[in-house]
Parts: sequence; C-alpha cells; structure tokens
Amino acid sequence: MAAVEKTTKQPQNKHVSAPWNDPKAEPYIRIENVTKKFGEFVAVNNVSLNIYRGELFSLLGGSGCGKTTLLRMLAGFEVPTAGKIYIDGVDMAGIPPYDRPTNMMFQSYALFPHMTVEQNVSFGLKQDKYPDSEIKQRVAHMLEMVQLMPFAKRKPHQLSGGQRQRVALARSLVKQPKLLLLDEPLGALDKKLREATQFELMNIQDRLGITFIVVTHDQEEAMTLSTRIGVMNEGQIVQTGTPQEIYEYPQSKFVADFIGSVNLFEGQIIEDEQDHVLIRSDEAGGDIYIDHGISSAPGARAWVAIRPEKIRLTKQDLNEPHNCLSGVVKGIAYMGNLSIYLVQLDSGKQIKVTMPNQVRAAEFMIDWDDRVTITWHANSPVALLS
Amino acid sequence: MTNRLSWFIIFWLIAVFAFLYAPIISVVVYSFNASKLVTVWGGWSVKWYGALANDRQIIDAAILSLEIAAISSTLATILGTIAGYVLVRFPKFLGRTAFSGMVSAPLVMPEVITGLSMLLLFISMEQLIGWPQGRGFTTVIIAHVTFTLSYVAVVMRSRFLVLDLSLEEAAQDLGARPLKVFFVITLPIVLPAIISGWLLGFTISLDDLVISSFTNGPGTSTLPMVVFSKVRLGLDPKINALATIIIAIVAIGVIIATVHIRRLERQRQRDEQMAMRAIAAQA
Ligand SMILES: Nc1ncnc2c1ncn2[C@@H]1O[C@H](COP(=O)(O)OP(=O)(O)OP(=O)(O)O)[C@@H](O)[C@H]1O
Ligand SMILES: [Mg+2]
Repeated sequence: MAAVEKTTKQPQNKHVSAPWNDPKAEPYIRIENVTKKFGEFVAVNNVSLNIYRGELFSLLGGSGCGKTTLLRMLAGFEVPTAGKIYIDGVDMAGIPPYDRPTNMMFQSYALFPHMTVEQNVSFGLKQDKYPDSEIKQRVAHMLEMVQLMPFAKRKPHQLSGGQRQRVALARSLVKQPKLLLLDEPLGALDKKLREATQFELMNIQDRLGITFIVVTHDQEEAMTLSTRIGVMNEGQIVQTGTPQEIYEYPQSKFVADFIGSVNLFEGQIIEDEQDHVLIRSDEAGGDIYIDHGISSAPGARAWVAIRPEKIRLTKQDLNEPHNCLSGVVKGIAYMGNLSIYLVQLDSGKQIKVTMPNQVRAAEFMIDWDDRVTITWHANSPVALLS
Repeated sequence: MTNRLSWFIIFWLIAVFAFLYAPIISVVVYSFNASKLVTVWGGWSVKWYGALANDRQIIDAAILSLEIAAISSTLATILGTIAGYVLVRFPKFLGRTAFSGMVSAPLVMPEVITGLSMLLLFISMEQLIGWPQGRGFTTVIIAHVTFTLSYVAVVMRSRFLVLDLSLEEAAQDLGARPLKVFFVITLPIVLPAIISGWLLGFTISLDDLVISSFTNGPGTSTLPMVVFSKVRLGLDPKINALATIIIAIVAIGVIIATVHIRRLERQRQRDEQMAMRAIAAQA
C-alpha cells in the first residue's frame, strides 16, 4: 500500500492527467458496492470502482471471473442484485439499455445475420434518425477504418472470424457514445491489424473523449492501451492502478502472478522499518532486503515477488549478506532479443531470470549446468502480505 | 467385399425408393388411363383431366379447402409465433406450465377427440351465447386454427430456443425499443421458420378429414371429404387426375426452390471472389 502512495507516476496517455489521484475530481462512472448473484452463485462480488471521463479502463482477469457480467450491468442487460451504478451522475437503476448512453461490443459479436456489414454498422445511427447522408458518410468512414470497405455488401456468415470482430467493433464505435464497453475487442485479429486498431482506438479516445471500458485477456494490450487496469478475481476487483503500478507494485500474490511473470519466495519478516524490510526466506535460501517498509508485525508471514528481468545473473562469486543467492542453470530459452534462464537455487527452488542479449555470445555466455550467482537491487522486489 | 457391400446398398436404395414412390407413380400413370375401370389398363388418354375440369363439386371443394388452409394457417402462424416467443423469452409468468402444456396438447390428442370436443363446444356456445350460428366455414376455420397452431408453436419455439439472445440485446443496445427489435431483428431472422410453420399448417389443414367432418356444415365439404365420399362409391379415375395435378404442383415448387437456392449460392461465391480481388487490388 505504502509503496503505491509514495510513487508518483506518469499516466500512459499524455492527454489524461491523473484524475484518480485528485480527490476533488468527479468520477464519470461510479460503481458502488455492486453485487450480482445468479441464484446462489456470486458472479460479481461487492465491486466499487470510479472511472473518469476519457479513461481507457481495462478489466483483466481469468475466465469466468465476472468481467462480462460487470459490463452487462453497465449496459443494462443485467440488474445488480445490490449496489448502484451512476453514469455521468445519473443513477442507472431502471433505465433500459436503449436509453443508456452506452454501446457495447459483445464477446460473441452478435452481428445481425440478415443484414449486410453496412446495414449492421448503420443500424445504431438509424435508430437515432440521423439524416441519410450523414449515416452514409459515418458508416463509410468507420468501414474504412476497420478495412472492411470491400465487404460492405456481405452478410456476416460470409466473413472470417477476424472480419466479424471488426464489424462488431465498427458497429459499437460508430455511434460515438459517452461510454463504450468492449468485450474482448481485438482477440481474433492478426498482429498487424491488432496494432493498427489499438492505435485507432487510442486515437478515437483522444479525439472524441469517449470513455472506454475494455475487457481483455491480453496483458500486453492492457499495458499499452490503458490509463488504468482493474484486475478481477472470482467476482472481486483485487487491484486497480495504472499499468506501471499494477506491474511494479502488485498488492497481492494473485496480481503479481497474474500480470506478467514473477518469482515468488515465501518467508518471514524479521525487520520492518520505515525505510526497509528484511525477510528471511527458507524457500530462497537467504535473506532478502527491500528498500521500503510495509508496516506489519515482525514475525509475520510474507511473500517476496521479483520479476525475472530485474534479476542479474553472473558467474562471479559475490558474497553479499542479502539479495544474493546461488544456483545452477537448468535451462536456457533463447528468444532473440533476450534469453530466459531457468535456475535451480541451492534451496531447491527453481526461478526464472531474463537477460537481454547485449553482446553476441562470447565471454558472457552462461551455459547449461553452470554454477551462477543471482542478485538484484534492493528496490526491485516487492513484499506482499497476501 | 466393398463391391458386394455397395451392391447391397444399391439394392436397398432401390427398394426404399420403390416403396416410397411406386404408389405415386402408379397414380400418375393410371390418371392417363383411357379405361373407366381403374384397375384395367385401356391405353393412354387425358380425358379424366377434362372430366375433372367439368366437375363443379371437386373444383369447389378444392377452392374451399385452399381458402380454409390459407386463412387458418395464417392465423395459426401469427398466434403460434407469439406463443413460441412467449414460451422461450418469458421464463416466468403465472400459469406458464399450464400454457405450455395446453399449446402442445392437440399434438398428442387423437383427432377424433379434438374434433368431437370442438363440435360439443360449438353446440354449447350456440346455445349459450348464440354464436356461432350453425356450423360451416367459420367453425372449420376455428377448429383448424386450434390444432395447426400447436404445430406452428412447436416449430417456432425450437427456433426461438436457438436464437442468440445477444442479437436482441445488441439491437436494444444500439437504441431500438423492444417492439422495434422484435419486428426488425427477431422476425426477419426467424422468417424461414415462420414460412415453414405456415407451410406445415397449410398442408395439415388441407389434408385434414376428421376434424373438418366434425365441425363442418352444409355446403362446406372440403376436398378430402369429397374425395373420401367419392372413393367410397367406387374408385373414380378423376381422383387420379386430381392427385397427379397436386403432385405436379408440389414437384414444381420443390424444383423452383432448389434452383433458387443454387442461384443464391453461386451469387454468394461470385461476391466473395469479387471481394477477394478488391482486397488484392488494395494491397
Ligand atoms: N445468466 C447466467 N446465469 C448463471 N450464471 C451465469 C450467468 N452469466 C454468467 N454466469 C456465471 O458468472 C460467472 C462470470 O461470468 P462472466 O461471463 O462475467 O465471466 P467472464 O469474466 O466474462 O469470463 P470470460 O473471460 O470467459 O468471458 C461465470 O462463472 C458464469 O458461469
Ligand atoms: Mg466474458
């Protein structure tokens, strides 16, 4: 907790300052203690969330953790069992989907099978009785953006999976609503198109100030796109924060493990001061010194999380009192720009280390079965209490 | 081995087709029989078709049957579609179980019982409220709607069951109100099922003998009733001619539908190729 408050972060999207750090800022979407039960099953469990105008908020979480259900409550297809949802200060209780200032892109796309691509995209604009010429022009622009112009006259069943996804995306974007809910918007696209569409999404958000809530399974996508990320687990939001906060300062083992790859050591706190904490870990086979306090009782159980890229690997024998362990290389995966090393520590625990391939092989080469020492900087790991 | 097996299959194929179509073919062939005796071949002739065209009784009955079938299947399709929709999209309402059972009851009820109970209902209604007065066109229509409705409701219900709910949600999400969603999204998507429901109702109504016999009145003899009464007086070659005409109409309908579907398929392939070329040109 303390760690997060101490750091001041630059948000990714330069046009949005950090309203979530400003206590006076009025949230655009307020989700207050929302719970959704299906019979006895709790799909969304007491979620509270503030989202600000112009944000691109990503929801990350495993399959079945309640992301879609949360979006459906915002769109008005599910009624919360408890709690309130406000959009732009208006209580959404009792407001039907067709009167809400939201559009949703469905995970299943939900394209109208009896309409062409063009008719699908223009459907929403027709409901609002825009003049024909404007509809035509906006639809054309949208189709151009998602590169579906040549398919305008086709029916959905004549399209590939990725093409259908783009139609669904275009259909939800074309009305430029106040709040856009995207359920896995880019999952089926190839890399190039995906990047282009990501770029276009950020562009739209910039230009029109639309607020986005995006569900995604792709962490890299969430990292590059989002102003903030909310990590969900079993119906609850376990942490919200900017991509950097989530990645660098996870607050629980679940978040640390879910986002990116991480090495976890279980241990016991033996010193907890204002400016550092010392954790003795049998699992690591040594003491770990971290240069920030976590304010807990000495003797408490704690976990240390450290990312593979923050660990240094050397064949030299360093004799430091802490943050220094030794082991044997058990595996190397060459990835081109970097290599992943699997190191078996003397304690028996296997850890992952990634190192950039700065030079081409030669003297720094570390080989299978080499004895190595691993170290890290005292500000690299995070101590977790749960 | 495989050869023997394939001969075996061919034999059964022929046997099954013969079983299905031999009666129909014999009807068609005998409709061109010159002899008045249905079972004796007397050379080729089309005279029974001429006789048929002059038989006012059969012609009138055919027209009446078509009218009844068209009106009752249209009404049954409207009601059956609504019933099917309600049963799928409204999981909870008072009396749902009873409603669901009653919609499909005429499917399993013997026709004689349905016909008899309709007759009793009409008689007691006439005594109580004075309507319907006697039996005739209206009562036959009502009876036909009642039992063809069940078939349509079953067809529509299974169609709505597999209809993705998120389509209707997406339409609402884009700003369409529920009634508009029903007419602009739901109905067009299930239109093929509605058409098959209508055709099913039409054929069943056209075909019905038992229920019509119970509920009809003077001057409303349907085609099956006329055919049946004629056949009881001895086989009439005109009936063969009538059957042949009906078979021809059905066959032509099937051929047109097949050709139409083929044409659509070819059109689709052409569109696809054009789109691919457009993309290639773009790249
Ligand atoms: N209508 C419903 N009735 C009963 N249970 C439901 C219903 N809708 C969702 N659930 C349950 O609620 C849980 C959350 O579902 P949800 O669709 O929100 O998951 P999700 O996070 O979107 O998963 P995914 O990433 O796989 O799409 C699941 O366990 C699901 O089985
Ligand atoms: Mg989902």
